Parts: sequence; C-alpha cells; structure tokens
Amino acid sequence: MKGLLSAADLNAHEIESILDVAEEMHTIQQRPVKKLPALRGRTIVNLFFEDSTRTRTSFEIAGKWLSADTINVSAKGSSVSKGESMRDTMMTLDSMGVDAFVIRHSSSGAVAQAASWVKAQCINAGDGQHEHPTQALLDAFAMRQHFRTLGEGGSFAGKRIAIVGDLLHSRVVRSNVLLQRTLGGKVTLVAPPTLLPMGVDTWGCEVSSDFDAVLDEADIVMMLRVQRERMSGGFFPTAREYAASYGLTEERFARLSPTVGICHPGPMNRGVEISSAAADAINSLVLDQVSAGVAVRMSVLYHLLGGADEEGQL
Amino acid sequence: MSSLLITGATLADGTHADLAVVDGLFVDPAEAPQGATRIDADGLLALPGLVDSHTHLREPGREDAETIASGTLAAARGGYTCVHAMANTDPVTDTAEAAEFVADLGRRQGHCEVRPVGAITKGLAGEELAELGLMAKSSAGVRVFSDDGRCVSDPLLMRRALTYVLPFDGVIAQHNQDARLAGPGACAHESELSGRLGLGGWPAVAESIIVARDVQLAELCKSRLHVCHVSTAESVEVIRWAKKRGIRVTAEATPHHLLLDTSLLEHYDTTFKVNPPLRTNEHIEAVREALADGTIDMVGTDHAPHAPQDKDHPFDVALPGMLGLEQALGVVMDVMINTGRMDWATLVQRMSVAPAAYGRVASQGRPIAVGEPANLVLVDPSARGVVDRAQGASIAKNNPYHGRNLPDPVIATVWAGRVTYQRGT
Repeated sequence: MKGLLSAADLNAHEIESILDVAEEMHTIQQRPVKKLPALRGRTIVNLFFEDSTRTRTSFEIAGKWLSADTINVSAKGSSVSKGESMRDTMMTLDSMGVDAFVIRHSSSGAVAQAASWVKAQCINAGDGQHEHPTQALLDAFAMRQHFRTLGEGGSFAGKRIAIVGDLLHSRVVRSNVLLQRTLGGKVTLVAPPTLLPMGVDTWGCEVSSDFDAVLDEADIVMMLRVQRERMSGGFFPTAREYAASYGLTEERFARLSPTVGICHPGPMNRGVEISSAAADAINSLVLDQVSAGVAVRMSVLYHLLGGADEEGQL
Repeated sequence: MSSLLITGATLADGTHADLAVVDGLFVDPAEAPQGATRIDADGLLALPGLVDSHTHLREPGREDAETIASGTLAAARGGYTCVHAMANTDPVTDTAEAAEFVADLGRRQGHCEVRPVGAITKGLAGEELAELGLMAKSSAGVRVFSDDGRCVSDPLLMRRALTYVLPFDGVIAQHNQDARLAGPGACAHESELSGRLGLGGWPAVAESIIVARDVQLAELCKSRLHVCHVSTAESVEVIRWAKKRGIRVTAEATPHHLLLDTSLLEHYDTTFKVNPPLRTNEHIEAVREALADGTIDMVGTDHAPHAPQDKDHPFDVALPGMLGLEQALGVVMDVMINTGRMDWATLVQRMSVAPAAYGRVASQGRPIAVGEPANLVLVDPSARGVVDRAQGASIAKNNPYHGRNLPDPVIATVWAGRVTYQRGT
C-alpha cells in the first residue's frame, strides 16, 4: 500500500496501530518541547488546491513536530485556467524529490489521480465530496478517548454512531462510514431525503429522517455542517425548518444523556445544525477532535514515512 | 482515373460477386480495364461504405487534437466513406462561410466525404438562430443542424428551429440534456457509484425529459428531429412511442453506449468521461435492443478527440468525449452481430443507409450495384486484435477501447472509387 487515499484502504490492525501511536503523539503534544526527530530529512508538501485553514495547519504542525521539512503550496484556482494540466503540476513538484504529498482538492477523485502520476506517497486531505480519511481517523480517536473516559474499553463494536446533516456533499461521512465498517461501529445516517447520496442504502448503514428516534439510541452524535447556500439549491426551505427537524437544538440536547459524545468536524454553524449549548457542553468532543487531528496526522505521517519499513507500509 | 477489380467478395445478402470500379462508379466486371488494380476479397464481406452521423473533427480551432485530415483517415481506417462534422469548432460552424470552409477542406484533404453540420444557434449560445437557410443554400449544402455538446434548452427556440428548416428539408439534431437536472457538475451516471465516488450525478431522466419534449415539438411542427447519442432505456421508450405515432424522428446510438458501462469510472480515469455518461447494464441492454429493432435508426460514433492537456485533470473538470471511428464497426459487430442480435444487412442499414438518408447525402448509403457510386468497405469478419491507442490515426489518443480485444475487421475502404485505406499498405 502506498499513501492513504481512502478509509477503506485500512484494515482493523492498521487503524489500531495508527490510533495507538497517535496516543503517544498526543502525550508529546502536552510537553513544553514537542519536537521528535522521526522524519528528519523527509520532505512533505502540503498541496492545497482548495482552501482549508484547519486541515492544512494541522498537517503542517504534525510534520514540523516530527522534524520533517514541510512546505505549503497553495494551488487554488483550477490549473485549467493557468493552462497547465493537474498531471503536469503533480509531475513538476514530484520531480523536486518530495517524499509525500498531502493533498486537498475540490474535485472528487483528484487525490487518487494524483497518486497515479507521482512517485511520492499521497495522503488524501479531502477530495471533493468523496473522502477525508484522516478526519475519520481523528474522529475515531476522539470517540475512543470518550469511551475510555466513561470507563469502557476502546472498542467500537456495537457502538451506535449517528451522523446527521448534509450527507450528499460531505466527504467526512463517506470516510467515517468506511472506517466504522472496519471498526464495527453501527452508523445511522440522518438527513432530509434531498441531502442523501444516491445509493446510500447500499452503504451498510441505517438511514433515517427521524432524528429524535435516532437520538434516543445513540452513543455518539456527529453533526455535519450545513451550508446556507444549500437553501438556494432547494435542498431545504429555511435554516429554521432545517434546525427544527435536523439540528441538535437546545431541546434535543437537554434530552441527551451526558454520556453521549457530541462531535462536529467544523466549522460549526451555531444555531443551524448545532446549538451553542450542545457545542460547548461537557460531553462535546469538538475541541478534542481538533487536538486529536494533530496527533493522528503525526501518526499517519510516521506510519507512512518513518519506522523500520522502508517501503512506507502502514 | 484509376480502376479497381475486387474479386470473390461476399455481399451483405450472402451472394458472391466480383466488383469492378471505373471513374468512381461500379461497372460490370466484364468491362474492367486490363490495368485495373486487383484486390483479392476471397472470404471478405463487401459492404457499402459506412456513414457517421456524428463526428467531431476539431478543425478549425483545435488542430492539436484532430484535423480534418487525421480524423478522416481514422474514418477510412474504420470503414467510413462519409462523416458529419459537428459544428462545435472554433469558430463555430454557424455561417455559410464556415460550412464551406469545412466542406472545402474535406474535399482537399479528406480521406472520406465531409458533410458539415451547421449550428442551430449563433455561437451555440442557445439564444438566436444561426443562418440556417444560408448554410443550406451554400455550396456545403448543409441539411443537419445541431448545437451538439449543448442542449437547445429553450422550447420555443427549438420549435422555431424545427419549423424554420422545413422548406429546405433540414433536420434538427438535439443533444438531450436538461440543464437543471444535469448541470455543469454532472459528470457520471447518477447511481450508487456516483454517490460513492462523490461525482456529480447525471440522471437518466435529464435525457428522456428533453426527448419527450422534442418529439412532441417535432409532431407539432411536422418537422424532422434527430436524437443524438441515445443512452437511456427511457429515451428508447419515448422514441418508440413517437415512431408509433408517425412522428418524424430518427435516433442514433454510439459504440461506447453499446459496450461500455459506468463501472469504468471506478478509478476516475477521465478517458471514460463522456457526455451523456456511460450508463448501467439495463440502459445498455435497452439501447442494444432498440438498435436491433430499428427504434434507434443508426450508429453515430460521437468521435470526440481531446488533447491530453484537456483530459489530465480532475474528473469533473476534464473535457468529456472519447474516440470512436476506428473501433465503431468492431464494437457493433461484437455487440450486435456476434451475439446474433443483428444480421449484416441490418448493420448496413444502421451504419450506412440510415445515416446517409438522415443527412440527405445522395452519394452515400447506396447499394453495391453497377452504376452506383463506388463507396465500400471490405470486412474480414473473423479478424480480431487488441486495441492499441498509439496505433490510431487520430492525433488525440483518448481511446476508451485501449487494451480490449475487439473485432478488427476493416481490410480496405474505397471512397468514390479511390482506395482510402488498405491493411498492410
């Protein structure tokens, strides 16, 4: 295996190894001096064809704390307009001797295409509406920590995870579904029918449009961002109506057991898909997810570029 | 002018004959001159030269992807003696002068007859009619009008176009794509796969809705409508219904919609990006059945060369389209003849007679008989080979059949008495 393109690329053993190493990285994160020499001399290019403050920063910090040389390249604006094909862009940078690319692109499949054109390893930092595997890994990390805080083991088997929101346009949901398929979590997808992807019934999850019924059963509630421009697209009438049916409102939050972990990959639309009461609650994992992001990405980089295996196998 | 003597050929009806050609016409073999070039056609089928209803030659404008010379050479290698060159060039073929430019270049550099297709609307913008009448009256004699690549979305403009072409027996060829249901981001057949890959869905109904609208407009106007690249089962049903009502509608199917399915998109290979997109087996089966029973009248390749710099992009950004001229006959043979769905006489109807009649091309789609124009293709029904895109005559290499084992039947092509392609020479 080369790079990390999809959450489906990882088997249970590999996921466990990534999460375990991430835990060690997480303890380093708490130290005053955070630098490890593990990736000294390796070059990582963060190639962002689409803006992303949080994912890019998280990857950059992860690389730096592992002593890799990390370079940020913003390639925003389609290369079509520059008269250069994406293939040429990739092969040009690859020729400079890069060890790994961390790639974010607004087009689904673009990272898989890039990986087919270059020698360096490619890590998918989000491709269009397709996948965002490191997000699913950091979600799993934060959830596992939460389960342990409750005095349970770190197993996902039988855990009920509700993912609620704009599933149609979300790369986070696809990666989480694929990762939980391997980890054994029971995912229920909740959205208005207009925001369900085609063929979602074949994903091996429960699908519901009754958030209240799902909420009563959940161990984890993951709220996804709903962009306001979806209203003009006719996916739902108003933010008010959306929040009433699919938002984690104060009323719904009040009914929730404090043992239920609340996740959101950010950025949050407070008052639309999530109320401030829920976002800032004691059982909200939102900031844990962000903090886990650095540790998990350190672990992924370490698995791909460091360690004993020169082939970069996870 | 040169003369030919083709010996021992088998005709589509199964009879055997020697064929002689003098001055571009078939003559009695007894009258073949002594010095005639001989072609041994023992074991080969002689079919009328193929006619493509739908070809993109890219000249003028994108000569880095295809030229009239390279595209018509690909046509000759595929057994074609006539192609309809689509209007979406740069500049667009939307004036008499532009049409004459393409026709003249075809006469001077072509390896087959080049029939320019005129745009329906100025600049393919879908707003005002192009000079349809002047294109028809020009020396190019345009009869087929199409904004192919774009749908004429405005139903009133569509009605006007259908009505306007009546006096000169024109036909309006529609690219069927509802602009709202299949918008700019639509690039994959809407299905479980598009949902999983996160690609913008192009639902089947976005095609059949336009077909259903347009056949009713054609009935209202008593005019000729042509349905380009039928890709869905629902479109087939609508066309079947329209034909039963006596509506003047013809339809074409592409080789790729007869053979290739949406699962090829799994790895985001932009070679397989085409518009309308590759569909699922139920649609493919319906298109095959319709081509067999005549609901779909003809095969149109939608041969669409694209330079690598237009394909080596993310899937939603790469240009849609794939090559087709050189493999079309092989694909149709494998899908229709070798499966027993169709006989050779029907194939001749679908790939030569019907497209020639559609474009009102008098010299094409004619029987192989004394006194007729000498357009023919010699076919070895048993020859097969693995397609190598590097071997194609087209400048662009976006060949979706690369690496596939397909019939490789064309031994020689004769256009107006001239050998335009002969294997091994």
